[in-house]
Amino acid sequence: MFLATRVVCTMTSETDPVLAEDPITGEEIELPADVEVGEIIDSPVTGTELEVISLDPVTLEEAPELEEDWGE
Amino acid sequence: MRVGVLYSRIRRDEKLLLEALRDRGHAVEKIDVRDQRFGLTATTAPVEDLDVVVDRCLSTSRSLYATQFLETYGVPVVNAPETADICADKAKNSLALAAADVPTPETEVAFTTDAAMEAIESFGYPCVLKPVVGSWGRLMAKIDSKSAAEAILEHKATLGHYEHKVFYVQEFVDKPGRDIRVLAADGEPIAAMTRAADHWLTNAAKGGETAAFDLDEAATTLVERASEAVGGGLLGIDLMEVGGTDSGAYTVHEVNHTVEFKALTQATDVDVPARIVDWLEATVAAFDDSDQTDIDTDEVTA
Repeated sequence: MFLATRVVCTMTSETDPVLAEDPITGEEIELPADVEVGEIIDSPVTGTELEVISLDPVTLEEAPELEEDWGE
Repeated sequence: MRVGVLYSRIRRDEKLLLEALRDRGHAVEKIDVRDQRFGLTATTAPVEDLDVVVDRCLSTSRSLYATQFLETYGVPVVNAPETADICADKAKNSLALAAADVPTPETEVAFTTDAAMEAIESFGYPCVLKPVVGSWGRLMAKIDSKSAAEAILEHKATLGHYEHKVFYVQEFVDKPGRDIRVLAADGEPIAAMTRAADHWLTNAAKGGETAAFDLDEAATTLVERASEAVGGGLLGIDLMEVGGTDSGAYTVHEVNHTVEFKALTQATDVDVPARIVDWLEATVAAFDDSDQTDIDTDEVTA
């Protein structure tokens, strides 16, 4: 079963990279300054796909797993 | 213009499109389809004042329903639900291409493992078995022998979902180690690339190596006809070269309606997101002209 884990961080400015906590490992990871809500980020720590849930504050959650009807 | 982007995850493709729309000064409304409800006459999605909604749903089922609801409300949506309906299903896709006399691989659909086995035997080995819904090369099988066919059919029959009991059997096209992906807007090519691999599946999602490709007249014409066959829109049209790279003969094996384009952006010199925005601007202008024509006609007939 998929259990959502959310971690909250705070943005600094519009040009600085955003620092956030990896919800799987707890390590601090860097997100691009122009990160979008809904964007999928590959965790540089584990490679796990993380979804940006909100920007203010920045909230990351483990992204949903691939489903059969996903694609083009 | 005011553009809604219907999504469930922002991939690199959506991010490029959002950037291009904002760079052009367009107002963007991101609509996460997972948060919305769609009633028979109204939706929670903020679509009232939008000039167009671009369907970028990753999930085919959400794409099919959401676009149908939006069209019912009178919200302009691309691609149209009719196009999505054809492209989302490989059987409908094949039927539409064949009906338009677009060359496409020989295909049979069967509903039982016995009938599917007969189809496979009639094609001979190798042949290909695909799920009718799916993408990125998932669950596709190149069948090299009768014993492999028996095993694969047994597995598919026990997978559970009824769609796996719709057996889509296709001739194996001996392509020259690559296929061709064309991004086209209402039949006009925006960019094209080859996807090459030693494996029989050459999808970029499967790690196929990409390179820019110059379309010849025959391929350009086929792209236009394939687009028209499924109702037009922003499409990813996949072709295979038949008889080698210099033959000038092609077959169209698939048309995709929520096309990914990040690989095309990397493989070609084309500013793909900007060209998509060009097309969206022209599409909205055409919607507006059509509305004005309707108003003029109403005034004349009143």
